[in-house]
Amino acid sequence: MTDGAKIWTLHLLVLAAVFVAQFLLPPYHATNLARIMVLAVFAMGYNIAFGYTGLLSLGHALFFAAGMYGMGLPVWHLGWLSLPALIAGLVAGGALAGVVGLLALRTAGVSFMIVTLMFAQAGYLTLLYLNTWTGGDEGFVVLSEARVLFGFDLATDTARFITAFTLFAAGLLACLLLVRSPFGRVMVAMRENEERSRMLGYDPFRIKLLALAVSGLYAGLAGAAYGMLFGYVGASFATIQYSILPMLYVLLGGAGTVLGPFLGALLMFYLIDITSNYTDAYLFVVGAALVGLVLFAPKGILGTLRERVWRWLP
Amino acid sequence: MLRVEGITAGYGPVTILRDLSFAAQAGQVTCIMGRNGAGKSTLLKAIMGQVPVQTGQITLNGAPVHRLPAHKVPGEGIAYVPQGRRLFGPLTVAENIEVGLLTRRKGPQTREFVLDLFPRLRERLDQVASTLSGGEQQMLAIARALCLEPSVLLLDEPSEGLQPSMIALIRDTVLRLRDTGLATVLVEQRVDTVLRMADQVAFMAHGRVEAQVVRADLSADSTLFQQFVGV
Repeated sequence: MTDGAKIWTLHLLVLAAVFVAQFLLPPYHATNLARIMVLAVFAMGYNIAFGYTGLLSLGHALFFAAGMYGMGLPVWHLGWLSLPALIAGLVAGGALAGVVGLLALRTAGVSFMIVTLMFAQAGYLTLLYLNTWTGGDEGFVVLSEARVLFGFDLATDTARFITAFTLFAAGLLACLLLVRSPFGRVMVAMRENEERSRMLGYDPFRIKLLALAVSGLYAGLAGAAYGMLFGYVGASFATIQYSILPMLYVLLGGAGTVLGPFLGALLMFYLIDITSNYTDAYLFVVGAALVGLVLFAPKGILGTLRERVWRWLP
Repeated sequence: MLRVEGITAGYGPVTILRDLSFAAQAGQVTCIMGRNGAGKSTLLKAIMGQVPVQTGQITLNGAPVHRLPAHKVPGEGIAYVPQGRRLFGPLTVAENIEVGLLTRRKGPQTREFVLDLFPRLRERLDQVASTLSGGEQQMLAIARALCLEPSVLLLDEPSEGLQPSMIALIRDTVLRLRDTGLATVLVEQRVDTVLRMADQVAFMAHGRVEAQVVRADLSADSTLFQQFVGV
């Protein structure tokens, strides 16, 4: 079997397994899996910026929130239906990432991290400040009339799962195509050696800006879907926690691997879910797990697997 | 062809190249020699736009290239293989070549040309670049630069750290490229390599080209190597 065939087989098998899981899992876990799939789309976007292009951002909560509010505000204030609202969220995430990128990409490394963090904090404070429009700290509920897509009520478990799965599958396959495309190679080249890429005639600013905008599209789509599927839009999704979470998912699953964000989101979600049943200090357990990861598998689970066994893993 | 005329260049307040002039011709190998710190690598970086040129000018076939942003210089036909190769380690040989081809939208013919130059790379197309031997990495670095179909090739110490058989192979390749009309600028420390390859040699000291001589004059004036390289 060729490497290409192995790659497609593995990814399609994962998608098939996730789809079948809805019939096997109890409703609580099926709902969790829907949530994980949406968060995995967010993490896939983060992975495009960080894992493939080397842009360590602390501002992705801004793009996630842009998608969420880009969907939620037109629904709340203008009575938009679900599909145009979801598209508005997608565009909001990508456009904001492009605008932030135009400024933040004039810096690099730690400075880029700090600048993106500042943008995200500014976004969070703006949401609170404009509370008349945004609902401030309390946020707002997405009306059930708006949560209907192609005749399906997204408040039901089945429709929610199918919608989350569709977005997840589309995001995963698009990501696979992207990283295996010529542009995907150039992103990796940029991550590995920006100066060398420049000497081959690439403009690092343009490449990184494009990668960040694509990353923002993913984050925006995830934010819009999260608000639509779970019926709530709130400023808490713009806090730094939501910038750190996708980073943790990617680091745990394997930066620069297509399936890593999903695996990381799945494991981290349940690590938090299970440990928070026993202690309020669950973040301590998460921290210990990450220290272990850094010590024993610094490239994440799939990154380590790729290094040692499956060299063909994208 | 490539002309560097009276350039002053350096890093921030530190001036490395002072009123440096130098020329390279099509179909010739021009070697640059000098002691450590003479400014040889900085000269190549200045040509590539990596080090800002404060005064003077650099032209390629009469057109100035010293004011272009660094990423536009390769598009003018100047390719650069830096010291230490700097491959994209996690990418395969095929993918490294693909990244080289993409920027100027070069097609299968260019790919075949570089793989014919280095048949060993053809055997290792699916191998990850970081796992290649030093010599193979150097071949890949040169192959990737040639994907730009340059008219000038800048090589910064390509024989550094390589075994003699690899040095000979790369030397033969450079000479084949010269015969296709490529202008090659080669920074080199090994006198034997220079004597076998160079059509011209520029001797550098203290950020200047102090002497530029043609091959025939090298044997007549053996003191140049002693004076500028110390051997």
